[in-house]
Amino acid sequence: MSSETKQILTTDGIPLEISLKKAERKNKIKAFLLVAPLLLFLIITYIFPIGEMFTRSIDDKMITNMLPKTFKSMETWDGKELPSEEVFASFLSDFKILVEKKEHGKLAQRLNKEKNGFNTITKKLFRQVKRNKIDETQSIKEQIMKVHKRWRNVEYWQAIKRTAPPYTSAKYLKAMDMYLNEDNKITQVSEDRRIHRILWLRTVEVAFFVTVFCFLMGYPIAHLLATLPMKYSNLLMICVLLPFWTSLLVRTASWMILLQQQGVVNDFFVMIGLVADDNRPEMMYNKVGTYVAMTQILLPFMVLPLYSVMKTISPSLMRAGKSLGGTPFVAFWKVYFPLTIPGIGAGCLLVFILAIGYYITPALVGGASGTLISNQIAYHMKTTLDWSFASAMGLMLLGGVLVIYWLYNKLVGVDNIKLG
Amino acid sequence: MSKNTEFVKFDKVDKSYDGKVLVVKDLNLNISEGEFITMLGPSGSGKTTCLMMLAGFETPTNGEIYLDSNPISNIPPHKRGIGMVFQNYALFPHMTVYENLAFPLRVRKVQKDEIDKKVDKALSMVSLSGFESRMPAQLSGGQQQRVAVARALVFDPAVVLMDEPLGALDKNLRESMQYEIKHIHENIGVTVVYVTHDQGEALTMSNRIAVFNDGKVQQLSSPDKLYEEPVNSFVAEFIGENNTFGGEVTDISKDVCKVKLQNGEILANPISVKSKGDKTTVSIRPERALINPKDKMDNNQTGKIEEVIYHGDHTRVRLDLLGNKEFILKVPNSSNELDLKLGNEIKVGWNSQDARALDPK
Repeated sequence: MSSETKQILTTDGIPLEISLKKAERKNKIKAFLLVAPLLLFLIITYIFPIGEMFTRSIDDKMITNMLPKTFKSMETWDGKELPSEEVFASFLSDFKILVEKKEHGKLAQRLNKEKNGFNTITKKLFRQVKRNKIDETQSIKEQIMKVHKRWRNVEYWQAIKRTAPPYTSAKYLKAMDMYLNEDNKITQVSEDRRIHRILWLRTVEVAFFVTVFCFLMGYPIAHLLATLPMKYSNLLMICVLLPFWTSLLVRTASWMILLQQQGVVNDFFVMIGLVADDNRPEMMYNKVGTYVAMTQILLPFMVLPLYSVMKTISPSLMRAGKSLGGTPFVAFWKVYFPLTIPGIGAGCLLVFILAIGYYITPALVGGASGTLISNQIAYHMKTTLDWSFASAMGLMLLGGVLVIYWLYNKLVGVDNIKLG
Repeated sequence: MSKNTEFVKFDKVDKSYDGKVLVVKDLNLNISEGEFITMLGPSGSGKTTCLMMLAGFETPTNGEIYLDSNPISNIPPHKRGIGMVFQNYALFPHMTVYENLAFPLRVRKVQKDEIDKKVDKALSMVSLSGFESRMPAQLSGGQQQRVAVARALVFDPAVVLMDEPLGALDKNLRESMQYEIKHIHENIGVTVVYVTHDQGEALTMSNRIAVFNDGKVQQLSSPDKLYEEPVNSFVAEFIGENNTFGGEVTDISKDVCKVKLQNGEILANPISVKSKGDKTTVSIRPERALINPKDKMDNNQTGKIEEVIYHGDHTRVRLDLLGNKEFILKVPNSSNELDLKLGNEIKVGWNSQDARALDPK
């Protein structure tokens, strides 16, 4: 057989492929125009902000623009001894411009983040500059070094040099409780200051267990929903969906009412004599509260995909399993359960991804030991205004979710997911 | 070797789902070992319920079912050892053909090489050797059906239940599968309880047929008897085609009775009429009524042709005869000399033996 494929022509002699493309072009344009608004919306509200977040998280241009001459003259400095007169002179001229623009405060703030102690010495230098105490005909190096003893310390100049590149990974390192030290090596922060890693681990732990609890509770519910007669299953469905129709805040608040130390659950425990009145367990402002409330809130996201998958499994399959000699357990485990895996995958993935970025519930019922990384992000967004750090953590969260998605695809296959 | 004629026994079985309506009423049915018995009936007649009770998925509300003389009401389905072929095959979609067939053997802890042998044998029985590693979704409907049959037989059950197994297949495939299942049954001699609403299927495959209606067995007999000698008008109507006349018995002797119709009188075979004055429905199979009969027949009537329908191998002629405008005749394609035109009057004759006077509708 020859491997040559003969070009197929239409009756008018136009190659078939071209003719087909022509015929389909109009439909394609129509289809594109239909999705165009959504695409635009996605670009504006999703892709663009993520890009913006990314630039913000690595952006360090501010200081690069503030001290252009300094960084230029520092290029030749080996960073071991104190820099040369030239470096000091260019630093002073950069600093004077900043003083004129009243931006020296920003510089102090930025440098202080790099190394503690810059605030004081920058202020001192500012006063000298303001009073025109620095004589430019004399050695500037000597005069600056006289302003404060820290200006004589090479570590501070090394710190300035470290801020030179316009981009920095510092925020990402900080989120992992690490930093670049004087020798440009990644170093761990001292043990008592490692807070972020605990938060990351706790976030993953909470998300994992919430997913497990949701699965354990959701599977039987979904099975009931799928097998009960219509009139009961509709009622049950409403019960499952009811939380969806209630405000997230209201639901979380009601958990606070239930779980607090003088709350309904504790009162009940005392009433049935499970705990002593003066020894009520704390079920809120810790992980217990986070687990309970998040499991309840995320349960529908587990039940619905499971339900939609279970609904498609013919009851005759279980019957077949039993009639062929399998005990009810074997029939369930070998026949029913494997068929629900697409639903389990979808439900678990959904719950885990939602849980890993959950914010309101842990913020309200989590307390100190129940807060998650999202609360930390919010804290930096609203309180410290360190948006670039918040962006970095947000992106790390997004990256984590993508990694989970990728892992899931490798292990189970995304094609297996069934959401409805 | 004498066969157990009460291998499966339904003893006074009642079944109700809601406590108000009986779906199965006082069912008594004996099935002999190795028999192919079909439960035939319209939907909702209780036939599938009977099958489910035998399989163990439903419990009788009253009465007992015996399998080989042992009551089985308290035995769960997986311990009954009854093979079952489901309406939509119920093949496990996540297992290969081999795994599907091996399932009943694995749960019985059969040795691996033994499983291989049995699966091989079962697959070759349904002529699907070489399909072991296919998934059910990669098979055609007929192939899936055959896998389902093989799976129900692979663990050598004493009884195999089939619940409308051919319902989802197209006509040609259905017919060839009918023969195939029949041959498998003949070869291995397993007891088969088959449920269908397709009378053609029932007639071709079964040793005996139980016609169900309204939760009761209307007639239990061999296919030919069922067709030739229906005991009541439901069976006569349900099985095959049927021409009926409603009337009243005016004279009755041992083999023949006179039935007065709205406009006319015919001779019939008294089946369920006892005395003068009984209301009755007389049933005549279309092929028993002949046009221009050469032999002498004791019923001779004239009818007007209302409709002629060409069916390939035969032609159906609808007559207006004795006030019945739905009187159907089947004319074989070989009898070309007849002049079948609309509006023509033709002579029709039949024997009183073939006109069965049954219970009134």
